[in-house]
Amino acid sequence: MTTADKPRLSRQTMCDRLAMEFQDGWIVNLGVGMPTLCSNYLESEPDKEIIFHSENGVIGFGPLAPAGEEDRHLVNAGGQNVVALPGMAIVHHADSFGIIRKGMVDVTVMGAYEVSENGDFANWRIPVRKGGGIGGAMDLAACAKRVFIAMEHNQRNGAPRVLKQCTLPITAPGVVKLLATDLGLFEITEDGFVLREHAPGWSPEDIQEQTEAKLIIADDLREMRVRPA
Amino acid sequence: MKNKVFPDFDSAVADMKDGMTFMSPGFGNVGLARNLLAAVHRLGVKDLTGISNNAGSLDDRVDVGTLIEARQVKKMICAFTAPTHPSQITPFVQMYNDDELDAELVPQGTLAERMRAAAAGIGAFYTPASVGTELAEGKEHREINGRTYVLEYPLPADFALIRAYRADTFGNLQFRLTQRNFNPVMAMAADITVVEVEDSIVEPGEIDPDCVHVPGIYVDRLVKIPEDGIWD
Repeated sequence: MTTADKPRLSRQTMCDRLAMEFQDGWIVNLGVGMPTLCSNYLESEPDKEIIFHSENGVIGFGPLAPAGEEDRHLVNAGGQNVVALPGMAIVHHADSFGIIRKGMVDVTVMGAYEVSENGDFANWRIPVRKGGGIGGAMDLAACAKRVFIAMEHNQRNGAPRVLKQCTLPITAPGVVKLLATDLGLFEITEDGFVLREHAPGWSPEDIQEQTEAKLIIADDLREMRVRPA
Repeated sequence: MKNKVFPDFDSAVADMKDGMTFMSPGFGNVGLARNLLAAVHRLGVKDLTGISNNAGSLDDRVDVGTLIEARQVKKMICAFTAPTHPSQITPFVQMYNDDELDAELVPQGTLAERMRAAAAGIGAFYTPASVGTELAEGKEHREINGRTYVLEYPLPADFALIRAYRADTFGNLQFRLTQRNFNPVMAMAADITVVEVEDSIVEPGEIDPDCVHVPGIYVDRLVKIPEDGIWD
């Protein structure tokens, strides 16, 4: 078996690992797509109270609404119907981004096409056609207290997405704090790009082989922690 | 007192002219004035500039994309000028890539704040969003207390096409849950604000003044959505 064929982590495991970092009372904004899986993790830590914020102005919403119980006026950032929780509040769009720019969002979790070793990331434009899909990503990336990224480690053709420098137009410079991929957990520190946890069966050398950025191996490197059973 | 209640959607937008700018709210398919957009489609005005979070979806429902597909729009100002998934080729994406219409891509928070600036008489403002990216290129930068910001200008419009939950005949508006989204800033930023109302248009005094989301002084026209109108 070549390195590239070894089993990789699931998207849920990647998002579970990032959600494990959320602290009680944090205001959390989850990007559309893979990052929404982070909310599933919280079932395993019911004592942790997380306040979910979505850019359409809803603060303190709950999980996806069960079929038949949707409220047509209540959706999350992905347009999915969610459940109202006691204490939920609504503001208009300009105030919702006021919350973001003020720095009240403790962490935003987003997907990306590329992350560079200095913490730049790119997630709004691919060169196939004109324009891009920014949505609220630039406001969140520039202003949230922490930016976490969940992303597959390699492109479909095997090319690395974790680079020395992004090749695509970036969303914000130097903001990524933590990156979970299907190969491990990486922290961007003042010293550089640190491999903290690895997927089962993957050595630091295996992971470096799939990575353009220069990895610093954490002294306490360990296997990726997963959701408590 | 001027009567703000109009009998139908067509009469409420009848004076929209070629070349005008309109605002269309909505997020995640909630809170868009689909009946008013359908009326603008029937009116057939052209060379419009649209301000909206996105430039239409792939489904068959009436949205900004309906006007784009009918070639009534010459420019979109929005937070998405490419699909979030490469397979989603909307009429806008096709026409934009064929250089058949123009677009200005704006980060979503900057888009909302530019409308609020227009609504609030602000000349311009500095925001940290987009600093260090290609969207900030050519814009005035300023360092304030050690942080870099870019200068952004207000975004006004001739018309705002608004969806509200409830109104009174003065035009005081209430929204329900995330239907609110861009509706208040757009209603307050535009010269002529036209509102389609879901639940009811009640007498003045029936909405608690403390529970008014947009004061009626910003609102020009109200139309109750009939039972056979477009709801979602």
